[in-house]
Amino acid sequence: MTTQTDNESSRLSDPGQWDLYHFDAVIVGAGGAGLRSALQLAQSEQKVAVVSKVFPTRSHTVAAQGGINAALGNVSDDNWHWHMYDTVKGSDYLGDQDAIEFMCREATEIVRELEHFGVPFSRTDAGKIYQRPFGGQSQDFGASQATRTCAAADRTGHAILHTLYQQNLRAGTTFFNEAFAIDLVKDTTGQIAGLVILDIASGETRLLRARSVVLATGGACQLFETNTNAKINTGDGLSMVLRAGLPLQDMEFWQFHPTGVAGKGMLLSEAARGEGGLLRNGDGKAFMVDYAPNVKDLASRDVVARAIAVEVKEGRGCGLKKDHVLLDLTHLDEEVIKKRLPGIRDIALTFLGLDMCDSPIPVYPTAHYMMGGIPTNFHGQVLTQTAAGEPTPVDGLYAIGECACVSVHGANRLGGNSLLDIVVFGRAAARHLQATLAEHKASDFFDPELELTPVVQRLAHWTQAVQAEKPDANEPSDDDSIAAIRRDLQAVMQRDCGVFRTEQTLSELCDTLNNLQQRLHRVTLQDAGLAFNLERLEAMELENLMTLAFATAHSARARTESRGAHSRMDYPERNDQAWLKHSLYFRQDHALTYKPVNLTPLTVDGFEPKARVY
Amino acid sequence: MQFSIYRYQPQTDAEPFMQTFELDEAQVTDDMMLLGALELLREQDPTLTFRSSCKEGVCGSDGMNVNGQNVLSCITRVRTLKAPVVIRPMPGLPVIRDLVIDMDLFYQQYEAVDPYLQPTQPNQTIDLDHELLQSPEERERLDGSYECILCGCCATSCPSFWWNPDQFHGPAALLAARRFVVDSRDITTRDRLEKLDDVYKTFRCRNIQNCTASCPKGLNPSQAINELKSLMLKKQVD
Repeated sequence: MTTQTDNESSRLSDPGQWDLYHFDAVIVGAGGAGLRSALQLAQSEQKVAVVSKVFPTRSHTVAAQGGINAALGNVSDDNWHWHMYDTVKGSDYLGDQDAIEFMCREATEIVRELEHFGVPFSRTDAGKIYQRPFGGQSQDFGASQATRTCAAADRTGHAILHTLYQQNLRAGTTFFNEAFAIDLVKDTTGQIAGLVILDIASGETRLLRARSVVLATGGACQLFETNTNAKINTGDGLSMVLRAGLPLQDMEFWQFHPTGVAGKGMLLSEAARGEGGLLRNGDGKAFMVDYAPNVKDLASRDVVARAIAVEVKEGRGCGLKKDHVLLDLTHLDEEVIKKRLPGIRDIALTFLGLDMCDSPIPVYPTAHYMMGGIPTNFHGQVLTQTAAGEPTPVDGLYAIGECACVSVHGANRLGGNSLLDIVVFGRAAARHLQATLAEHKASDFFDPELELTPVVQRLAHWTQAVQAEKPDANEPSDDDSIAAIRRDLQAVMQRDCGVFRTEQTLSELCDTLNNLQQRLHRVTLQDAGLAFNLERLEAMELENLMTLAFATAHSARARTESRGAHSRMDYPERNDQAWLKHSLYFRQDHALTYKPVNLTPLTVDGFEPKARVY
Repeated sequence: MQFSIYRYQPQTDAEPFMQTFELDEAQVTDDMMLLGALELLREQDPTLTFRSSCKEGVCGSDGMNVNGQNVLSCITRVRTLKAPVVIRPMPGLPVIRDLVIDMDLFYQQYEAVDPYLQPTQPNQTIDLDHELLQSPEERERLDGSYECILCGCCATSCPSFWWNPDQFHGPAALLAARRFVVDSRDITTRDRLEKLDDVYKTFRCRNIQNCTASCPKGLNPSQAINELKSLMLKKQVD
């Protein structure tokens, strides 16, 4: 039996035995960005496939709650220029203003398009899309609170993801579901030439040759112990890009959402505060007035998350251990909670046994979103640097959604802007790709030899790293394991690279990561099977997370200022003179270079960096 | 605490078997979900295989049959379960490995009901300067069906679906069908009802209501199917 399994497993790393497919474009990831892109391309003449690690509706867009920003003005006066201002300010001026203008201008049309696709938005009495106030948004460039976040109750992500999947069914999109993208493949000239994937159910390896690859693999908050992310959010696309010798941008910026369920991490949407909820400390005080006197609980997420961490640190937390604060909705009308926030009410009931209609909910900041990612322009083209340090597009490679860094979120993302980001740049990248593909004949690209050595070596490592004898299941072994290394990685990232960081924590982190990396090289697996081998899959996911941990630690250690979500206790001020620039991290020698922030929008005047007051 | 779990690895096992696992009582905290317990068991045996992702009951990955009931492991408290906890794959569909089933037939039935909004004629362009208006009352009719997460707990607990998974749409697909039939923006209501009016597709439903009893999101596919049936009747009288 063992020999047969060995023979079968060796097929994994033998390219001669891989099934081969040809496409004009392959999209990796079937969340909102990948599906919006796929829908656009399905309407073209091109041959396109979507590769998804899970069945598409299980992608993590499904968990987005609060809504999608667009200056529709259905509830109060609004326009895209105000939205743009808020996004630039929210980004702590690290966002690129050409891309931000592009996104905010596209917003109203693309949300109406989603509505036509079938998204079951909640409605105003006039029958229009319902909008609610969210943090960091204003009318008239900071003068008063705006009401800009379009919502389907508090299940907006679910509504959008299912609708986009449904429209893709209608369009006849080709899917490779439960297929894990292992690595990008280049040809011997260095041109991106496709992708190697693992069909999870059968355990077979497949080679997808493609003129273009669109990465839409989402975020990677599984790096942290407490997070709002799904198990699948392991940054696979980002790590593939690093292994291909390309840089990642601004990896020091991770958003900690202010209101995760304390100690557990599940998300309780900002919509809770948008609908009137308040944060209270151990003295029962609604403390946000001390941190953001004007907009209080609806300040930007980095501001609110820091405020909660400070309250707890200074001994004003709640509970026996004073280790959290309370999200209080008890003063709201029960009907508002049941109608507008049914999903998060369910979460509190399920995980805490508390009904937010009559009980405040313990919350603490939890890792939620990655502002950094694969550098792109606003057409979704992946960028690298020339030897002279100039940004230049990588032919045939696109990135969209959370895995991309356009950058529209800069150092801190506003709530409601990520669902917008995924559909706007999903569509924009597909349009650009369509135009590019139309200029070429696909067959020109399928002839050159491929460089498969790196991916074959990686697969061979994980098929050979299997223990000879399966130990008794009921005898816990002393050996190291994928689960143990992952747990240690998450704990150390949370401890040393959480809401607050210092030179000391970050240099310790770099040492610990080296150690964890060695453990990962040495660890052996117990599962030799082909079908649905989760252990092998998790090993490769952990490799991806490890790569991103290094990117984060080195980028964060170098940035000696505090900006947006990156709070250095030893450098508490923002320093525009030295640091108004994007970090670019390369895997080779952990090298860092920098590139300027775009302060020149497309049609309006740029917003000059100012002190950020809420 | 004891767990008895269905194991099957097609490469090496001639047939499925039940394997006993054990967790220390101290490890089983009051707020622990079954998914948390299964993750601890996977540390004992990394070959134990099941799907999971969001950990909060919204992605629909981790449906499984626990003490005879289809549930999502991530929102089921271990302490509410009687030990030994017997865990099997959801019934009626082929097993790929351990608790992982092949859901293709389930997805095909979903696709078969044209689960997408059709607010315009096929070649009509859509007016992106305006949204389609829908009153709060019209929108409220979608509540209770748009929230489905396609976990399959309903269909795999339905005897009619067990018998005819290739011909009977099953509760999840029919719930989706109802969602588009009642959407005030959809202009194909009549066509949809005509297509559904079939002895197998819809009328294999025998009102057993296992679907409603097993829905982890508290939805009511059974009621939705009855509503479809009465809309068909009404259409005939019209």
